[in-house]
Amino acid sequence: MSALDVQQLTKTYKGGFQALKGIDLEVEEGDFFALLGPNGAGKSTFIGIISSLVNKTSGRVRVFGHDLDANPEAVKSCIGLVPQEFNFNLFLPVFEVVLNQAGYYGIPRQEARVRAERYLRQLDLWDRRDQEMRKLSGGMKRRLMIARALVHQPRLLILDEPTAGVDIEIRRSMWSFLRDLNAEGTTIILTTHYLEEAESLCRNIAIINHGRIAERTSIAALLNKLHTETFVLNLKGRVSELPELGGFVLQYLDDCTLEVEMNRDHTINGLFDALSRNGIEVISLRNKQNRLERLFLEMVDGRLVAEGGQA
Amino acid sequence: MSAGRHRWIRYWVTFQTILTKEILRFSRIWVQTVLPSVITTTLYFVIFGRLIGDRIGTMDGFAYLDFIVPGLVLMGVITNSYANVVSSFYSSKFSRYIEELLVSPAPDWVILAGYVSGGVARGLVVGAAVISVALVFTDLHVHSLGIMFLICLMTATLFSLGGFINAVYANSFDDISIVPTFVLTPLTYLGGVFYSIELLPDFWQGVSMVNPVLYMVNAFRYGLLGVSDIPIGAAFGMILVFIVVLAAYSLRLLRRGVGVKS
Repeated sequence: MSALDVQQLTKTYKGGFQALKGIDLEVEEGDFFALLGPNGAGKSTFIGIISSLVNKTSGRVRVFGHDLDANPEAVKSCIGLVPQEFNFNLFLPVFEVVLNQAGYYGIPRQEARVRAERYLRQLDLWDRRDQEMRKLSGGMKRRLMIARALVHQPRLLILDEPTAGVDIEIRRSMWSFLRDLNAEGTTIILTTHYLEEAESLCRNIAIINHGRIAERTSIAALLNKLHTETFVLNLKGRVSELPELGGFVLQYLDDCTLEVEMNRDHTINGLFDALSRNGIEVISLRNKQNRLERLFLEMVDGRLVAEGGQA
Repeated sequence: MSAGRHRWIRYWVTFQTILTKEILRFSRIWVQTVLPSVITTTLYFVIFGRLIGDRIGTMDGFAYLDFIVPGLVLMGVITNSYANVVSSFYSSKFSRYIEELLVSPAPDWVILAGYVSGGVARGLVVGAAVISVALVFTDLHVHSLGIMFLICLMTATLFSLGGFINAVYANSFDDISIVPTFVLTPLTYLGGVFYSIELLPDFWQGVSMVNPVLYMVNAFRYGLLGVSDIPIGAAFGMILVFIVVLAAYSLRLLRRGVGVKS
C-alpha cells in the first residue's frame, strides 16, 4: 500500500509564482524516504500541502488511501509533522505542549499523559517537562517537535530539516531514534540539507528542483550513477614523484597527501596493490566529497542530464 | 463503540483541550486580563456612581449608580471576550503555533467553538467580577437572572466571534488594537451605558437604534432592573442574527484558510 500517493500536484501562490508544477510521487508504506532539493525548489510547499498547512492549486493527494479533499480528517490523523521552523507557544511548559497536541487529535487526557511521558523519556526531555519552551536549547526544541509529532502515533512521519542546527551527538541520537521508529513500521519522509543524513538513513529518494521531481529512485541506484570516486590518501612518507598507475589519476595535495580519482571498474584493493608496488604506504583514506552531495549538485545544475544520465 | 460516537468523543476532547488552554492562558496572566476591568469599573462606580451620580439623581426611576451597573458589567463582558480571542488567536498566528491545530484532524467548527468559548469564559469571569464590585456600592435586586445570564452569554459569544475575525485579518499587533479603540469603545460608550436614550433628541435616538450594543445593554438592564428603552424580544433577535452571521463568516474564513494558510 502507498503511504503517500501524489498526482499532478501544483501550487501557484498569489502573485503568480508557481512553486509546484505537476508533482507525481509515490512513497511506499514502511519506507524511509528522502526529499531533497535546493532552497526554493518547492520542498516546503510540497510538505505544507500534504500536512494541510498550504492550500493546493490542483492535483490529488492520498495518504494511506485517504483522499485529502474527500476525507481530510483521516489524512491528518495519519500524519505527524516536524516542521522546519519552531512553532510553539514559548510560554507553555514542555509537558503541556505535548498534552495539548494529543488533545487536538482527540486523545483523552489520561492516555495523552501516558504517551507524552513515553515520548519525552525516549527523547531525553522528561527531566525538562515543567520547563517553559523558551528556556530550552535549540536541540531540545527539535527533539520536542518530534515528541509532539508522535503523540498521536502517526503512520506517516514527515520531518522537514529535523536536525538543522543541532550538534553531532544529538544528531546521531536522533538518527538512531528515527531508525528504530522506521523499523517499528512508521513510514518516514525526510527533507534535509545534510546529504550524509539522507544517505545514512533513507532507502529511497526524490530530488525536487524548480517545482518538479528531477529524480525518484533508490539511494543505491542513485549512487551507482557515479562513474568515478575521489579519495584523499594520507601517506606514511613523502612522495617525491607521482607514479603512473593505470586506471587511477593521482595528484598532489601536499608532500604527504595524494588525491586519487578512480573509475568504478577498479577496486580499492587494486589501488593499494599499485601503490605498494611503488613503495607508497597509506596511513588513512577518506572520500573527498560526500557521494550523494556530488550527485545532488550534478542533478540540480543539470550536468548529469547533459551527460546522458536518467535524471 | 461506533465510528460516529468515537468521532464525537474526539471532537469533545479537542474542544475541551482548546477551551482549557484558553482559560489557563487568561488565568495565568489575570493581572493583565481580569484585574484591569475590575479596577476601571471600580473607578467608574466611585466617580460616576458616588461622586457625580449623587448630583444627577435618578435615571428611568433608578438611582444613577444602579442605572449604570448593567452597562458597566456588559462593557467588561464585551471588551474582555473580544480581547481574549483577538489576542490569543493572533498570537497563535504570529508565533505559528496555530499550525498545531491546523495539522490536526480538528474540524473548523470545533476550533472556532474552542476559541469563542475561551472568550466567553473570560467575558463571564470579568462580568461576575464587576457584579461583585457593584455589590460593594449598591444593593442589586435582580429582575430576571435568566435574562441576565443569557444576554451576557450571547453578547460574549458575539464579541468573541468579532475578535476572531479581527485576528484572522490582522497582520500586526497594531491591527488587533484598531477595532477595539475606534469601533468597540465608541459603540459601547454610545450604547446607553451611562444614559437613557430618552435623554437624546429624536434624531440621535434614531441614530442610536442602529448601535447593536444599545440592544445588549438595554436587554441586560431589563434583566437586572426590569426597565429597558427597547423591546427585549428585538434585542434577543438582533444578537442572535449577528451571532449566526459572524459564526458563518468565521467558518468560511477558516475553511478557506484566510490569514493562516498560504
